[in-house]
Amino acid sequence: MSASTSQTTTPLDAAAVKADFPLLQRSVNGSPIVYLDSGATSQKPRQVLKVIDTYYHEINANVHRGAYHIAELATSAMEQARAKVQRFIAAPSSSEIIFTKNATEAINLVAHSWGRANLSEGDVVLITGLEHHANIVPWHQLAAERGVEVRWIPLTDDGRLDLHDLDSLLEGVRLVALSSASNVLGTLTPVRELADAAHAVGALCLVDASQSVPHLPTDVTEWDCDFVAFTGHKMCGPTGIGVLWGRSELLEAMPPFMGGGEMILDVTMEGFTPNELPWKFEAGTPPIAQIIGLGAAVDYLDSIGMDSVRAHEMALTDYALRTLADRHGDDLLVHGPSAVADRGGVLSMCYRDIHPHDLSQVLDQRGVCVRAGHHCAKPLMRLLGVGATARASLYIYNDESDIDALSEALTEAGDFFAHQPA
Amino acid sequence: MAGLEDLYREIILDHYRSPRNRGELDTPPANMTEGFNPLCGDEIRVYLELDGDTISEIRIGGQGCSISQSSASMMTTAVLGRTVDEARQVLKAFKAMMSIHQGDLDGDPPPGVTDGEEPISLGDLEALRGVVKFPVRIKCATLAWNTFDHGLDEISA
Repeated sequence: MSASTSQTTTPLDAAAVKADFPLLQRSVNGSPIVYLDSGATSQKPRQVLKVIDTYYHEINANVHRGAYHIAELATSAMEQARAKVQRFIAAPSSSEIIFTKNATEAINLVAHSWGRANLSEGDVVLITGLEHHANIVPWHQLAAERGVEVRWIPLTDDGRLDLHDLDSLLEGVRLVALSSASNVLGTLTPVRELADAAHAVGALCLVDASQSVPHLPTDVTEWDCDFVAFTGHKMCGPTGIGVLWGRSELLEAMPPFMGGGEMILDVTMEGFTPNELPWKFEAGTPPIAQIIGLGAAVDYLDSIGMDSVRAHEMALTDYALRTLADRHGDDLLVHGPSAVADRGGVLSMCYRDIHPHDLSQVLDQRGVCVRAGHHCAKPLMRLLGVGATARASLYIYNDESDIDALSEALTEAGDFFAHQPA
Repeated sequence: MAGLEDLYREIILDHYRSPRNRGELDTPPANMTEGFNPLCGDEIRVYLELDGDTISEIRIGGQGCSISQSSASMMTTAVLGRTVDEARQVLKAFKAMMSIHQGDLDGDPPPGVTDGEEPISLGDLEALRGVVKFPVRIKCATLAWNTFDHGLDEISA
């Protein structure tokens, strides 16, 4: 994980960044909005909104079809966005960048296409206790359909991967599928170590990078993994656009996932010839505006610099962990690793005995937006021994005032439930 | 703007802090039905025992937020000792109260549930009416009831 922050990193100007996000100028329930749910989806800067708006106003046309001016502009804008994404994750070739609906579809693409072509009864898919349902259920489905075994890497008490028994866990494994950062605990995982371990036993490695690509520099060649899935809407881009990166030779050998227009070179009454990469996996009219919007999001993050993003989030996470602990002491439990270097800016909280749903409802009265629930990670919630948590997740536009507002609202929530007549 | 007091009425917090009919029943003779709120992870178990056509015992297990727990507790007091048909009437009236009509969101009272002649009185359960102003929480309030509904269907099957 390239989480290092060199001396030369330009500090992120949080006030200037916040000013780029129109939604963050609004108020909620009479208070300025304090948006702490970027792990669910990020807000969008005006630079991205403008690019999407301009696309529809000026160059809206279907891609790879019309030989007329605006169709060429739309096609070019879309393929430029693909090249931006390629550079952003240091992928060797833009033909390895497959656009999907979201990260979930990207993982399902691998499960259906590569999984069905390569896995059979007794083969093992090794996942981790940190996974989001998106990186669990597709493998459960293959298990039900093919008799594939889904095996789990356990966690340490502070929510890191327990790799003690990795050698025995790897027996019979054909695919290691892990998240690079937990959406519940913020835990950063040793992707390279697991990719190397997978390759050593002849297995492949898939990374669900939905929670790390928006927050840390990403280099898929440094990870030396085989597939990477992530989503656009958590990294300042629009909804409805995700990415699958895969090694060319793997993607070339895989059968198409969905059939239809765009994904073919030729169709006859007898059959079809699949298109070249990446279009082989992009059946139908793609989400053109969303792809171009994702390209604009990449430009926006590049203009800040991912090293600066990471440095800002580490500093803010450190501030949050310290100030919340100082003020709330034993009333507040924050799950996950305590060392800021081991985690992203995701704080899963339990406050007194107030149920997370009730807590988030009271916080909302102060405009503080946190997510309550199981965060689509029920196996992890069971490991933690809780049904739900309230999760505050940080991003580039958050600053210390947001943490202070959260801290103040927690006190108010405690007072609200304490002062009700019993 | 809907305030917290619309949601967290005193009687709701009372049932949350002192839940009625909480626990388990032996199965059999009781029937146990599990319910999940996939959004927030709340889990509930409704244990039901009939004496002839009358609900003679009901217990609630599981965990959840104040709205789901208090709604479950209030449900037990509303249906215990009633016949299955009567309980279904209460169930229907409660679900009608929890369904979102545009009028509710605008602050108008929802249309009365008549089902024949007389509206069913929901008594204390009326306190949960404010939940409708918080659409995300409706699933919390109805979790126990939907589970109870399935339980009645299982018993009748």
